Amino acid sequence: MILYLLRRLFLLGFVFIALTILAFSLGYLFPGEAWQNFSGLRDVPAAEMQQVIERYHLEQGYVSQYLAYLGRIFSGDWGLSFASQQPLLKEMLPLLPATIELAAYALLISFFVGIPLGIAAAIKPDGMLSKAISALAVAGYSIPVFWWALLLIMVLSLGLGWLPTAGRIGVLYEINQVTGFMLLDILLDDSPHQQAALYNALRHLLLPTLVLATFPTTVMIRFTRDSMLEVWEQSYIKTARAKGLNRAQVLYRHGLRNALLPVIRQIGLQFSTLITLAMITEVIFSWPGIGRWLIDSIYQRNYPAIQAGLLVVSTLVITVNMLTEILHTLFNPLARKR
Amino acid sequence: MMPNTKASERVCRLAVMAAGLMLSACQPPLPDTLRSGLVYCSEGSPESFNPQLVTSGTTIDAISQQLYDRLLEIAPGSGELLPGLALNWQVSRDGLEYVFSLRPDVQFHRTEYFSPSRPLNAEDVVFTFNRIMQKDHPFHWQGGGNYPFFQSVDWADLVNSVTALNEYQVQFTLSRPDSSFLSNLATDFAAILSAEYGAQLLAAGTPQFMDSKPVGTGPFRFKEYQKDVLIRYYRHRDYWREPAKPEQLVFDIVPNNARRMAKLFTHECDVVAFPRVAELGLISKRPDVDVQESTSMNVGFWAFNTAKPPFDNVKVRQALALAINREAILQAVYFGYATAANSVLPPTSWAYNDDVAISSFDPKRAKALLTEAGFANGFRMDIWAMPVQRLYNPNALKMAELMQADLAQIGVRASIVSYEWNSFRRKLGANEHDTVLIGWSADNADPDNFFRPLLSCSAAQTGTNRANWCDENFDRLIGQALLTADQSQRRSFYMAAQQYLSEQMPLVPIAHSQRFQALNTRISGVEINPYGGIALAGATKEAQ
Repeated sequence: MILYLLRRLFLLGFVFIALTILAFSLGYLFPGEAWQNFSGLRDVPAAEMQQVIERYHLEQGYVSQYLAYLGRIFSGDWGLSFASQQPLLKEMLPLLPATIELAAYALLISFFVGIPLGIAAAIKPDGMLSKAISALAVAGYSIPVFWWALLLIMVLSLGLGWLPTAGRIGVLYEINQVTGFMLLDILLDDSPHQQAALYNALRHLLLPTLVLATFPTTVMIRFTRDSMLEVWEQSYIKTARAKGLNRAQVLYRHGLRNALLPVIRQIGLQFSTLITLAMITEVIFSWPGIGRWLIDSIYQRNYPAIQAGLLVVSTLVITVNMLTEILHTLFNPLARKR
Repeated sequence: MMPNTKASERVCRLAVMAAGLMLSACQPPLPDTLRSGLVYCSEGSPESFNPQLVTSGTTIDAISQQLYDRLLEIAPGSGELLPGLALNWQVSRDGLEYVFSLRPDVQFHRTEYFSPSRPLNAEDVVFTFNRIMQKDHPFHWQGGGNYPFFQSVDWADLVNSVTALNEYQVQFTLSRPDSSFLSNLATDFAAILSAEYGAQLLAAGTPQFMDSKPVGTGPFRFKEYQKDVLIRYYRHRDYWREPAKPEQLVFDIVPNNARRMAKLFTHECDVVAFPRVAELGLISKRPDVDVQESTSMNVGFWAFNTAKPPFDNVKVRQALALAINREAILQAVYFGYATAANSVLPPTSWAYNDDVAISSFDPKRAKALLTEAGFANGFRMDIWAMPVQRLYNPNALKMAELMQADLAQIGVRASIVSYEWNSFRRKLGANEHDTVLIGWSADNADPDNFFRPLLSCSAAQTGTNRANWCDENFDRLIGQALLTADQSQRRSFYMAAQQYLSEQMPLVPIAHSQRFQALNTRISGVEINPYGGIALAGATKEAQ
């Protein structure tokens, strides 16, 4: 088991190195001077140019430059943003929790809605309920996320005026940023109107979460259903039934545990899609997360920001991927033995 | 009553927590700071928090009237000068010395970063204006040493010194009489800063905070600013006038027009700046939204680079002015929400010349004039169209396209040129253009504000004279108008100046547009000021 974890960790490190090589080479692949793309400085007086060359090892080979880059990444010096001339890491850190918060709630919804619906659809595969759920899943799977978001805004916000269209919380609420996770920050904030703030934040959260949860929920439904149907055919299920266990007992003790294993693996695989969708959702709902920031940076040709943003997002994706892989192994005795 | 609300609150909370069902009907009662908070959705981020350093209307709207006070105020209706921080003022007989008596007990903002130990006094006024004039002032070079408004009115040349006579009396000494001097002191740019705060920042070695963490005497105090997200102000409790009505004022920065409208409809914004003119019809149909309009002191124009041939020829300029169909432009670009301009000066100004009229669309006469000037076969030229939407010209590109078609009729082949806004202004300043569609919004009620910053020789030198026009006769006329304080004499000079402009045609005035804002019907007390920034201190919000 420990060997397995070490192997995984080694793989993670290897992928991370590959990502940093890619991010490093972007500095040369993007238009403009490499030192501009690395440092984020636009103009440097001739007198200070030598300093820049030394700092970024520009007169040395690519390997030395890459090692210097790696050193800067680990020491937290990610360069400046072209647009704001602020340190990139400082700019990104408060944004990441916003994206993670949104993605996490969407994933939670997809569990709590997707898995029960998937099971329900598997119990009587030819029943009306199963067909209805499957139809819903196909519709949800194929709907373009930006259109779905605009549709919800049209009806729920502009038409009925129930929900706000943008942001994480009403601008009149002043919440101290401690963790960057809005709901947590509100609970930590000892303002007299905590209750109202929480309510307001939830109202802001509802639409983006709903939009973002649509895709993973449908994936969850389909996978749970298929996996459940497969497990239901296994001989140990028949044995358990023959031993006299009732339907619910069989479902919980033998069916669900085996059926959910491949679903856990799916989370990791779907996470990159989820992040991509989160970017679109963030843009539509003016959600101040890393995705919207990255897309803004692309519009502004803010190369240092694109470089850093890509590194952060892809590192996030592979980390989550690896974690679910490990979880899958922990829950699966067969894989653990290997 | 008590247990009832408690119960309903609990029901609400349960509904929220358990089901996440958000029905707007079960909103918990809001605390006071939120209920009387006002959200103004603005169209862009401010460049600075010091009005001395900027000219952009977006920035002035966001900072001037909210954070600061001026020595004098302009009455929105009549354009008259009223006492502000100065209780009264005396002018010496030769018009060279102005003595202002300051209002006692005017408190500066108490914020997290500054606690004032004394009320406003003469030292603050001296500090404020010396920053602009004295190159060795510790704050002069903060922010680049550019004071665009003051440079355009030749401030450094005009004002010899600003001195404190005693704690509450300040004397300005001018080098020549200038009848627009008082009006300039009343503009949004002439905000009074705190000398004590300046000293504190210098001692701490952080002078750059002067313009990013502002301290003023205005109705609101600064709380926080997140670039491209929001500006948060709180009420200034010790304001010398009646305290501001909103406890909290937030500028929600939403550059996208459609998104700003959406936020108005969902009541996330209370007041929305610059609704798109094309959508006014749609907006005014909603029962929960009011649209306010006011005639604003501005002019949109088409300026010729008069230093470049063939635009140095008066006949060519006259011909081009006759060749464009302004009626069509008013309809297509301003949607009828503007009046055709005959002079750079709007008709509401006291110096407006009724007799000046720009001859209407007449391609035949235009063609004849061109032939006289020696361009029977026309010529090629560029029209520079500014890339941003401004009050005086909501859509310069569309306007340029219309003009392109009109000009083709007299054989002039025009191409349209546009750059990103900052490079556009830089290239304009270097006079790289043939002709340009741009405009001007007034900062005060004085007619001088339309002539000197736009068409004088000094403006041509500093690069704000878009016509690149330097004419001795014209400069003499507007210069003479400044030397006297007698209004009827000044009027006759300005009349003559307008007449001269319409003969010389360095620029073609196109329209004076109206300014609009859309606001929730629950809001009252927001008025559009024709001379500059919006004031939100008097805004009240009716309970739902």
